[in-house]
Amino acid sequence: MIALSDYLIFGAILFMISMAGIFLNRKNVIVLLMSIELLLLAVNTNLIAFSHYLGDVTGQIFVFFILTVAAAEAAVGLAIIVLVFRNRKTINVDDLSTIKG
Amino acid sequence: MNFVIPSFTPAIPEIVLLTLTSLLLVADTMWSKRYEFATYYATQVILVIVGALILTSFTTETVTTFDGSFVRDAFADILKLAIVVISLGLFLFSKEYLLQAKFYRGEYFTLGLFSVLGMFVMVSAHNLITLYLGLEIMSLAIYTMVAMRKDHSAALEAALKYFVLGALATGMLLYGFSMLYGATGQVAFDAMAAVIDAGEVDHVVLSFAVVFIVIGLAFKLGAVPFHMWVPDVYHGAPTAVTLFIGTAPKIAAFAILYRLLAEALPGAVMDWQPLLVILSVLSLLVGALVPIVQNNLKRLLAYSGIGHIGFLMLGLIAANPDGYASAMVYTLIYAFMGLAAFGLITVLARTGHEFDRVDDFKGMNQRNPWLALMMLFVMFSMAGIPPFIGFYAKVVVIEEVVQAGFVWLAVLAVVSAVISAFYYLRVVKVMYFDAPQDTMKVEPVARHLTWAISLVAVALLVFGLFPSWVIDLGYHSLS
Repeated sequence: MIALSDYLIFGAILFMISMAGIFLNRKNVIVLLMSIELLLLAVNTNLIAFSHYLGDVTGQIFVFFILTVAAAEAAVGLAIIVLVFRNRKTINVDDLSTIKG
Repeated sequence: MNFVIPSFTPAIPEIVLLTLTSLLLVADTMWSKRYEFATYYATQVILVIVGALILTSFTTETVTTFDGSFVRDAFADILKLAIVVISLGLFLFSKEYLLQAKFYRGEYFTLGLFSVLGMFVMVSAHNLITLYLGLEIMSLAIYTMVAMRKDHSAALEAALKYFVLGALATGMLLYGFSMLYGATGQVAFDAMAAVIDAGEVDHVVLSFAVVFIVIGLAFKLGAVPFHMWVPDVYHGAPTAVTLFIGTAPKIAAFAILYRLLAEALPGAVMDWQPLLVILSVLSLLVGALVPIVQNNLKRLLAYSGIGHIGFLMLGLIAANPDGYASAMVYTLIYAFMGLAAFGLITVLARTGHEFDRVDDFKGMNQRNPWLALMMLFVMFSMAGIPPFIGFYAKVVVIEEVVQAGFVWLAVLAVVSAVISAFYYLRVVKVMYFDAPQDTMKVEPVARHLTWAISLVAVALLVFGLFPSWVIDLGYHSLS
């Protein structure tokens, strides 16, 4: 029997990997997008685990909404990345800090 | 198994807005070639229709529908009306700018309307799912608007930064939501508050959830230390979009802050209050000190906006209905001041010249004395100099936070307001006492835009002379 805490630890590990991906990554913007997806999957894991152990389906309904919106979000994100690449011929994170005050 | 048809009446403004915007999206593809400004006029008409619908069915009762996921009360109605009024203004100011910047497209207006729809859903959210959906409807439309100027590399960089940090914020918020759902077993705000009140909740999980939720909201609002995207996005985005980001979404962000902290988590006040104190103190400091060295007016206003967020949080820190009402008053007034300030920069911009540096305003008084006076009104109001309405906005939040026993916080807020007066007055000084640089001339501004700007800026003075009306609006709807 897998306990609730196992799922929560798994979710927390996913969460931390995605945080590391966002803050330590200095190379490619696509990796940022993947990290964001991973972050949402950590949330989904939590919600489904809670939903199962509480015996309540609302959490699973919530997951459907998150998955749908994540698809839209990825579409917008990729579109912006394509525009940036067309404009600058690079999507390195380090090259993306030209706005200065 | 019985199926009950939910009551659609409370959501009629949203339903009408969604339907008309979707029709406009299709119609725009057909008529944009033949009738250049049809989409713009249709947008304004849609906003007027929606505003009229809210106004005619204005209610002070609290009605929930769709199985308790959507609520309509006086708070929601007032904020929605404010969003409609501000959107009317910002689309008006944007049109000329878009033509000058050569990226006038119907999509700007349809995306703007979708974003307004998202704000409506956020304001009326009554469970975590609705709140999340509203937030994403609004944010996804705005990310796209920032990236609309496809040949402008700074705008695209701003869009990417906004997207990544916005998505990160949403992720944080959702992680908090999942913990909250796990702790309470509920997603509806009132049910959640009841479970927490009954003391059936594991306190560790609850405080864990609160931390993530507050961090997510702080990212969205741009409170220090989660503010790093704000100046870059305000600076990099086309001014018409900066105008959009800096005004109406602040109202919606305040609405979700109120719905989550005051309606769903009043039982966890001991967890979120200290966090808000930290965010508020840091925001007040950064908002007072960093703008002093800024030379770009959009960037300066972005940092000063961070300070305003710090003030807004003072009202929430008081954690009582009067405190929330003062924060609501502050938000509404701040959104109107933002409309006036960014609106002025937007109407002054010309092809190839953004008019967004402080130096551009040198000798403004000799070149366009009337608009210089309007800018003076806006700057005085933002600095909180009586008799402008910005003064009363600061007075109400400081009064509430003193009554809640945080005298040191009120002192800090006053000190930060005094320091920030320096950079607001620097803009005024540059306009009135510096010689104009002869390389730049201010082209005449279209008469209807001068009228519109004057209306907003003079309103800051008129409301300042009769402040009780605005303040009562907030206090009656919340306490």
